[in-house]
Amino acid sequence: MKKRVVVTGYGMVSPIGLSAKESYKNAINGISGIDKITRFDASNFEVQIAAEVKGFEPEKYVEKKEVKKYDLFSLYALAAAQEAIEHSGLELEKYNLFRCGVSVGSGIGGLGTIEKYDHALLERGYKGVSPFFIPTAVINMAGGNIAIKYGFKGPNYATVTACASATHAIGFAARNIMYGDADVMVAGGCESTITPLAIAGFQNMKALSTRNDEPQKASRPFDKDRDGFIVGEGAGILILEEYEFAKRRNANIIAELVGFGMSDDGYHITAPDPEGKGAIFAMQMALNDAGLNPEDIDYINAHGTSTYFNDKIETLSIKSVFKDHAYKLAVSSTKSMTGHLLGAAGGVEAVFSVMTIENSIIPPTINLEHQDPECDLFYVPNKSIEKKVNAVMSNSFGFGGANAVLVFKKFNE
Amino acid sequence: MSSIADQVKEIIKEQLGVEEEEIKPEAKFIEDLGADSLDTVELVMAMEEKFGIEIPDSDAEKILTVQDAINYVESHINK
Repeated sequence: MKKRVVVTGYGMVSPIGLSAKESYKNAINGISGIDKITRFDASNFEVQIAAEVKGFEPEKYVEKKEVKKYDLFSLYALAAAQEAIEHSGLELEKYNLFRCGVSVGSGIGGLGTIEKYDHALLERGYKGVSPFFIPTAVINMAGGNIAIKYGFKGPNYATVTACASATHAIGFAARNIMYGDADVMVAGGCESTITPLAIAGFQNMKALSTRNDEPQKASRPFDKDRDGFIVGEGAGILILEEYEFAKRRNANIIAELVGFGMSDDGYHITAPDPEGKGAIFAMQMALNDAGLNPEDIDYINAHGTSTYFNDKIETLSIKSVFKDHAYKLAVSSTKSMTGHLLGAAGGVEAVFSVMTIENSIIPPTINLEHQDPECDLFYVPNKSIEKKVNAVMSNSFGFGGANAVLVFKKFNE
Repeated sequence: MSSIADQVKEIIKEQLGVEEEEIKPEAKFIEDLGADSLDTVELVMAMEEKFGIEIPDSDAEKILTVQDAINYVESHINK
């Protein structure tokens, strides 16, 4: 018998808020977090817009003099983890910290730091490279820093599957608990790559929207006028606990993580399989793992990137898995507001999924003005809806064909 | 032009993020100013760059206090 895994806390830093509550409030009100790039001078780039985190204060999470030793992706993870741990009410001093682990993924990690020290290397030779460069930039340092701050001594690793990184991180963290490796897992993802190198790279793949004059309208999943995704940044973290452990401490159980499915398209480095075979298989696996029928799912938080291929293939994959029920359930893309947080996307979207169960309000897909005829589901256009949500599926699909899907359910004893 | 001592203190202040009044001559980088081993490496590299000197590891190991650093720079600069 598998151990049950419950969600007892969440935290978020996103382009639409510095906490989960603020971000969710803005999401259900259809607020876009996309604007002109301020992080660097992008005036000569084809893409001049991004979903930046605004007003973030690193000194709230690490000592002021230490800030320069952290890349932003790590700082966002620390901030979201702090909120999540506080939200869970875990009194860490009471527990065996060898039973508390961390699983935080990221797609690219400390790219800004890598760029900075590469410039320094070219200009000043090896003496320009700080001894802190490597431990600032490597991807598992987000989780490492969380463990160092709180003294967690259980499993700690980072999953790296591009835009599915955080979803894999949460899914595997749940399995750590099921298998008995840990009682508590801090799980999610983080990303901060609004840097010249990343924007140039994504831009030249023709993956990004160039709607520079209307940033708030640029992310328009399932709309026929969509022209690519918008790079976002931030972190989304869940606290997962073994059910009996959570019960013993009288934790506030927000939802249960019941299903995890994964696959690969085995098809192309960036393009999805044209028939959605990988996505379909991952969704089916997640449903099987959850022991649920397609009809049990009320809401799908879609990968919904606002690229032509993702939205079309995701739609046909959902139809293939859910059949008639595909037209009855609600599907929305919170990326229409947050932009695409890449390796953090699945973390932020897992938090939104859980909050949707908790609050019975489904966030909309904004900018859905002229629905693409090839995307013919109910995408909660432009306005959130109130609806009792018993079970949610959250999809994440990454470059390399990586697919990961989670299913959360309202908790019932 | 400020004195070498002042310039060294400025580097320490910048690298270790400490307040000026903490940077006393006898202050030890690790015990008193909260540096770890990587901080001290970075500090030595910053002094090398600022003063155009080479500080071999065998010498760097002996630079433990603020005064050690000032003495080292004063005796090696322009040589």
